[in-house]
Amino acid sequence: MDSFLIITSLLKIVAILFLILSMVSYAVYAERRVSAFIQDRLGPNRVGPAGLFQPIADMFKLLLKEDFTPRNVNTFYYWLAPCLAVMPAIITIAVVPFGSTLFGVPMVIADVNVGILFVFAIASLGVYGIVLAGWASNSKYPFLGGIRSSSQMISYELSLGLAVIPIFLLVGNLRLTSVVRYQIEHGWFIAPFIGDWTNPWKWLLTIPMIISFIVFAIAIFAETNRLPFDLPEAEQELAGGYNTEYSSMKFALFFLGEYAAMITGSAIMVTLFFGGWHFPGIPDGSRGWVFGLINIAVFFAKVAALIFVFMWVRWTLPRFRYDQLMRLGWLFFFEIALVNIFIVAAILSLAH
Amino acid sequence: MPDPVTPMFNVQIDGVWHQFPKGTRVIEACEQAGSYVPRYCYHKKLSSPGNCRMCLIEMGFPKLGPDRKPELGADGKPIINWMPRPQISCAQDVAEGMGVRTNSALVKECQRGVMEFLLINHPLDCPICDQAGECRLQEFSVDYGDSKSRFLENKVKKPKNVVLGPRVTLDDERCILCSRCIRFCHEIAHDDVLGFVDRGSYTVLTAHPGKRLENNYSLNTVDICPVGALTSTDFRFKMRVWFLKETKSICTSCATGCNTIIGTREDVIYRQTPRENDAVNSCWMCDYGRLNFYYLQSERRLLEPQIRSEGKLVAAHWPIAIAQAALQLKQFSGPEIAIVASGRMTNEELWLTLQLVKILGVELIDIVPRIGAGDDILLSTDRNPNTNGAHLILHLDSGPGASLPAIAEAVNSGRLKALLALGENPIRFGVTPEKLANLPAFVVLDILSNAATEHATIVLPACGFAEKRGSTVNGDGRLQRLNRAVRAPGEARDDWEILRDLLQALGGTDSLYSIEDVFRQMAEAVPQFAGLSLSKIGDLGIHVMEADECPPPPFDPEAADIEEAEAKRPPGR
Amino acid sequence: MSVTVPRPKLNWRERLYLPAIVAGLAITFKHFKNMLLGRTKVTMQYPEQKWDSSLPDYYRGAPALVRDEDGRVRCVACQLCEFICPPRAIKIIPDEIPSNDRFAKVEKYPEEFDIDMIRCIFCGMCEEVCPEQAIFLRKDYAITGFTRAEMVHHKEKLLEIGGVMHGVVLKWNEKK
Repeated sequence: MDSFLIITSLLKIVAILFLILSMVSYAVYAERRVSAFIQDRLGPNRVGPAGLFQPIADMFKLLLKEDFTPRNVNTFYYWLAPCLAVMPAIITIAVVPFGSTLFGVPMVIADVNVGILFVFAIASLGVYGIVLAGWASNSKYPFLGGIRSSSQMISYELSLGLAVIPIFLLVGNLRLTSVVRYQIEHGWFIAPFIGDWTNPWKWLLTIPMIISFIVFAIAIFAETNRLPFDLPEAEQELAGGYNTEYSSMKFALFFLGEYAAMITGSAIMVTLFFGGWHFPGIPDGSRGWVFGLINIAVFFAKVAALIFVFMWVRWTLPRFRYDQLMRLGWLFFFEIALVNIFIVAAILSLAH
Repeated sequence: MPDPVTPMFNVQIDGVWHQFPKGTRVIEACEQAGSYVPRYCYHKKLSSPGNCRMCLIEMGFPKLGPDRKPELGADGKPIINWMPRPQISCAQDVAEGMGVRTNSALVKECQRGVMEFLLINHPLDCPICDQAGECRLQEFSVDYGDSKSRFLENKVKKPKNVVLGPRVTLDDERCILCSRCIRFCHEIAHDDVLGFVDRGSYTVLTAHPGKRLENNYSLNTVDICPVGALTSTDFRFKMRVWFLKETKSICTSCATGCNTIIGTREDVIYRQTPRENDAVNSCWMCDYGRLNFYYLQSERRLLEPQIRSEGKLVAAHWPIAIAQAALQLKQFSGPEIAIVASGRMTNEELWLTLQLVKILGVELIDIVPRIGAGDDILLSTDRNPNTNGAHLILHLDSGPGASLPAIAEAVNSGRLKALLALGENPIRFGVTPEKLANLPAFVVLDILSNAATEHATIVLPACGFAEKRGSTVNGDGRLQRLNRAVRAPGEARDDWEILRDLLQALGGTDSLYSIEDVFRQMAEAVPQFAGLSLSKIGDLGIHVMEADECPPPPFDPEAADIEEAEAKRPPGR
Repeated sequence: MSVTVPRPKLNWRERLYLPAIVAGLAITFKHFKNMLLGRTKVTMQYPEQKWDSSLPDYYRGAPALVRDEDGRVRCVACQLCEFICPPRAIKIIPDEIPSNDRFAKVEKYPEEFDIDMIRCIFCGMCEEVCPEQAIFLRKDYAITGFTRAEMVHHKEKLLEIGGVMHGVVLKWNEKK
């Protein structure tokens, strides 16, 4: 293994970690501002210009708070749970191509050939954080939150996995960079306006692709415990759910985990359906480092737009009831995703 | 139930026929029938002058036919001929066939008119009046009066803030001239000091020239005053009555054991008032007993257990203090120990003391008699509330106080090694302070610090009468109940708990968890209490023994020994 | 009696939920957009802007004791406000006015009058119950302090907030 690869990889890791963490803190700020605007309020606007230093103040507040460990908790798992909640969300980003190339270096930390499987494998670990927090807290509400979370994750992971199969039927390869490459050539899966315009099969394929996107997006909502699927931490029912017994930085880690998961989810959605770093008319990084930077900016702009959608949905829709959530997952999305695969397969076989 | 030989009369009250024994006042009959008749001047323990006119009713007698027999109506009852004018119900006894209407239009008009007259000159100073909240004038004004006054002229000015005596202050403007106080002084206190002077609207209540209302029952006039004219100088402006939590208890200042209501708010006692009990104190109590509670709020209160260590008393935790006390007492054999109990202790505490006597093998045990000048009304010469109880439980066969000289002599000669003083000061019966200081074990259980507690090896702070539950036997042999009105200050504990813990530390029983348990155990051993429990005593008490079983000690001014200082209000309040 | 509310029968479009969700999203986005473009009138920026000049007469701020034109503390310590106070914020220790005082005929005054502003709920019952027109809810609302003890308004503070009340009934001046 050559040292160039190691050094560039380390640089990429540090950069992306810094970027994700600052995105998380500003996602919290954005969430508060967006929710305020939707509710005709102003939101945090006191700390710094337009309240932009609010996340820093929040961070200091959380760091300085008493880190309280209740009696009768299972201390080891109680401490482990917050870490497990953050780690998978951040690790997942490793296989996502967040740009084309910069100075000839591919803008992806690890371009593994089983990219999407890696994503599912690691993202699924996120549930351990929540389940362990619920169990280790030795308290009723966190326990209920943990249980809800585990069943919710299992239910929606099925739809999540099935929803992306059509894409890989088309791409023929599990590497996420290949998915982006395919979209550059044939148009974004969600909006195939480039490439071969006249091919009617391609337009026919758009319908299952949109279904695929909707199922995937909803499943991502459920996976990241965002409203309308935030049953594990339903404040009104469970007094905060799995994080009830946590305080200070450990609580902040759960917060961090939730927002990091949201960012990762958006990044994967961008990669799978919105063409990744590609924007029509903008060449890739091989034509100069400026274009490489623009590609990265395009990618994160897309991610930010999706994060806004996450927030927009959260402050519009009420929470589902638990039985509705389960029915939706098992009796609706699962079937749709399954049928969708057959439709895509049928179209593909007819097209050839 | 009425005496069978007393003839019963049929009386119709508000249309319903009732039976009442001969001699029942109409006003009482109405009340028993459920039709309360408002009254100011009438008091059931006093004579009826009939001067307030508030109790006017319509009265009638059976219509007699030509044969001088009552004519019967359709229901078989006599038809009543109503008198055209209203009558006062307080000065009239029931008669056969009498009819009474308490809420007819005429009666209501009369009550409204009387209320209007009474309020013409009454000042509207309810916000500063101590009677507000328990004022008959306020209550009846709401029930029977008008909401507005038609009186436009100036009100009559009368003396305010008149000092009638050392404990009573009079506001003549508020007086409605019911004369209850005058009659009380004349008939009950036998001290004729009050009277009305001047005429018409200018009539005022005043003390006879050269006299003051200073008899020992003066504060009862404040109780029976239906308005705020007579006020207690002690209670004046201290607390509004509606804040007071009322606890039924008994007075422990003498052997009479008057039934009382203790008025408290937030663990502060504000007043004591008598509670009706015809077998003990009727509706009255003496001023001495009534005001004898300020020592519970004294600055000399013992607030924490103390142990003598290197010559000084230092604060200790309860378990340590109890264990130390037990350790000190255990060093000595029975004849080397004496216990001075108190006639102020409850039966339960005395019972536990007896267990201590048994477990330690003590031979010298006695209570300290307290003698003071008595009167023929309520105040007893025996100022210990429970001399009879001590007699019953401790079996003081040679009379209370008989062994005290022996105890004093034993301490002074150095023969005695340990002394347990329960609420009593051994210096008062002849023990010299020096000898007391030399005792290897001198355990004191008391409420206030005094000359003896200075020399104690262990001090155990106890509860006063208003801070604990328990029972006493009064001078007439009536078993009565004390109830807890306030919480004990500091770390002071219930006496019976201290004695129980001490008993346990000395190897005695530990099966006593509540004061009810103590009474139950005692009731099994003391024949007079057989079959009783604390709850069965009830609010009015039970007669358990004859008074001559233990006659009260004769009053001897030479031996009179009352801690008058305790009755005084502490400074700063 | 229980009422059974029948569930509405939904047609296939309603059962799909998506149109309703889209409509909801459109509504919230409209609010977001209006706010972003500054079209929505927003809440007042409190420390810089205040209501003080336009507080209505019936505004219920901090309770306070008042003096009348003669300079007399109108409270006579009847303790009715202490009694009525739902959160038990008021504590009064009454005392007698000495006979050589110019207001000796009133006889009683509050030796201590404390209102715990941590407890006070600004309900105005004390003002309503006062038979002497002595306690009023003034317009002070920014009541702050660093300690609990600071948040207890003593008599002096209450009189300072209250000031002089004009036009009240002077019943103690009249011949009774």
